[in-house]
Amino acid sequence: MMLAGKIALARAAGTLSRRAGRGGTSLPGKLLIRIEPRAIARLSARLRDGSAVISATNGKTTTAAMVAAILEGGGARLVHNRAGANMAGGVTTALLDAARGSGIDGSAGLFEVDEFWLDRVVPELAPRALLLSNLFRDQLDRYGELETIADRWAAAVAAAPGTQLVLNADDPLVADLGRDRANVTYFGVQDDGVALSGMSHASDSKHCRRCGAPYVYDAVYMGHLGRYHCPNGDGPRPEPDVWASAITLDGTRGAAFDLHLGADHRRVALPLPGLYNVYNAVGAAALARALGADLTSIVSGLAATQAAFGRAETVLVGDRELAILLVKNPAGANEVLRTLALDPGELDVLAVLNDRTADGHDVSWIWDADFELLADRVRRVTCSGARAAELAVRLKYAGVPPERLYVVPALEAGLDAALADGAGRLVAMPTYTAMLDLRALLVARGTAAGSFR
Amino acid sequence: MAELRVCALYPDLMNIYADRGNLLMLQRRCEWRGIDFAVTAAGLGEAIDPDAHDLFYLGGGQDRDQRLCALDLVQTKRDALHAAADRGAIVLGVCGGYQLLGHRYELGDDEIPGLGLVDLHTVRSADGSRLIGNVAIEVRLDSGATGPPRVLAGFENHGGRTHLGAGEQPLGRVLKGHGNSGSSGTEGVRRGSVIGTYLHGPLLPKNAWFADWLIREACGLTELAPLDDALEAAAHAEALRAAGCR
Repeated sequence: MMLAGKIALARAAGTLSRRAGRGGTSLPGKLLIRIEPRAIARLSARLRDGSAVISATNGKTTTAAMVAAILEGGGARLVHNRAGANMAGGVTTALLDAARGSGIDGSAGLFEVDEFWLDRVVPELAPRALLLSNLFRDQLDRYGELETIADRWAAAVAAAPGTQLVLNADDPLVADLGRDRANVTYFGVQDDGVALSGMSHASDSKHCRRCGAPYVYDAVYMGHLGRYHCPNGDGPRPEPDVWASAITLDGTRGAAFDLHLGADHRRVALPLPGLYNVYNAVGAAALARALGADLTSIVSGLAATQAAFGRAETVLVGDRELAILLVKNPAGANEVLRTLALDPGELDVLAVLNDRTADGHDVSWIWDADFELLADRVRRVTCSGARAAELAVRLKYAGVPPERLYVVPALEAGLDAALADGAGRLVAMPTYTAMLDLRALLVARGTAAGSFR
Repeated sequence: MAELRVCALYPDLMNIYADRGNLLMLQRRCEWRGIDFAVTAAGLGEAIDPDAHDLFYLGGGQDRDQRLCALDLVQTKRDALHAAADRGAIVLGVCGGYQLLGHRYELGDDEIPGLGLVDLHTVRSADGSRLIGNVAIEVRLDSGATGPPRVLAGFENHGGRTHLGAGEQPLGRVLKGHGNSGSSGTEGVRRGSVIGTYLHGPLLPKNAWFADWLIREACGLTELAPLDDALEAAAHAEALRAAGCR
């Protein structure tokens, strides 16, 4: 069968699946790979300007949204797995959705790729540029140990010698991937004003990849990200080519910083909160630069970025503003908690912990996250989800007074209970599947997807 | 006044499955009862005093870290831990820490030494497969106790298969999940005050009753003041449900 025929078949299967109410974001792609194993390579070869790939433990979807805003502002027509279906099936689905006859409706590809799938997808895509942003402890029951993923990434990078690498200089595990390579752009943060007093409990990769000695940190910015050096002189932190300085964080609402591209710099007003989004923005800027974007389009693209699906989205529900901040692992949760703690006054929180496959069956990570940051900052926390009670126990032992904790496992009842008590802003912290359920609930209630801003 | 003195072994390296949750449970549940709580960290190269602690805690780590710690345990802490166990101090090993309580961990051609506190050894599965999932085990901790056994719930994720020596008793019987080897039906080990288990997740937040049992044993108390454990009981029930019990 010709590729076009196989694509038609996969599309038809996707339509059937969607009609049957089974979703189907990545199903057509999975099917196409089964009947055409080289589908990603064959379809992506049709993209005139090639592809760019983004991977990280945290920030993939938001970073991709930022890059898309920059490139689309410059006139690119992107084939992009925007909804975050980021394994081979999701990437293939995005490509086959854009396929037209023997061509493709798009000038360039932009793909976020699951960190575990990178070594399989990169050789197929042979991307022009590859952004690798961070590696944190995440879903050990699915991903295994951090070092295992670092090894797989090293293999993916080695398999793409012609690809421009865009690496986070501040993550030693990631920066090390650029050693012995010429075509690398490094990005990072240079601002001791946002440095932490020490490394958080959940930090990993504290030891030199080369000699095993503990890194010495001159500044810790986030998890194990920072300005570090090996005491034995192995693997110094590379000097970033693109970096952020003079960072100001405006609670859960936004951030601003000076973006440096070599000798040039401009102030960026970012409509997304937290230092973690500053990192996403600097990574996006570095990738866009590697793809040829200029500073002006980078700055305006970043300022125009909309919150990605469930990542710092804000919506009005009745007379209350609901902010949705996805949490899925200790490092990401810590940055969300740190950002929440910047908001003045007492917080109303809806925390939702599920333990399905996409969340990780193992919920131990909540004990690595620093919920202590909320101890004296919350007025009420409603705990929902399949593991609502364990989350409440975590908060109780973090120092939240038990009388401020409410366990309502059913999400809809939890949402109603949280909305009914209090006024003003409500912050939802859902895990991945809980975020999808929460959004579906809000959409079903007439809070149309379009009203998310 | 009662006091619980905990020695946390390699808390910066052997902490992969949120082991700090176990220590936090012990700390708060002591504090809420007016029991003094102190925790001392013992890192690489640091000697430990067998008489200065009531409970020694050893969690799990990444392969590289676990190897570092195993060598260090054998070189600098083995005798002290044997002395501590001999005088009845609790030694609790979880996951990787459990494996290190035994004689050795066999990794194909390679081998990691153990403390030899209990008669067991662990072998990495030939195909590299891991035993992962929610788990529930049935335990009887107090000899001569009547009444139904208690249940511990948790999560396991281990590539090693642990085999107990003929005279060694497991911590419990597997109700749901894999346990020591995936086929023996046993989980963990218990020899007097030395306890090892694959249950993390972490273990104590899902089993507040077991945290109290450890506090009682370690402090030599016959009973503890009751606490309001409504949330803890609900979390225990959730973990059991996740494992497929009831």
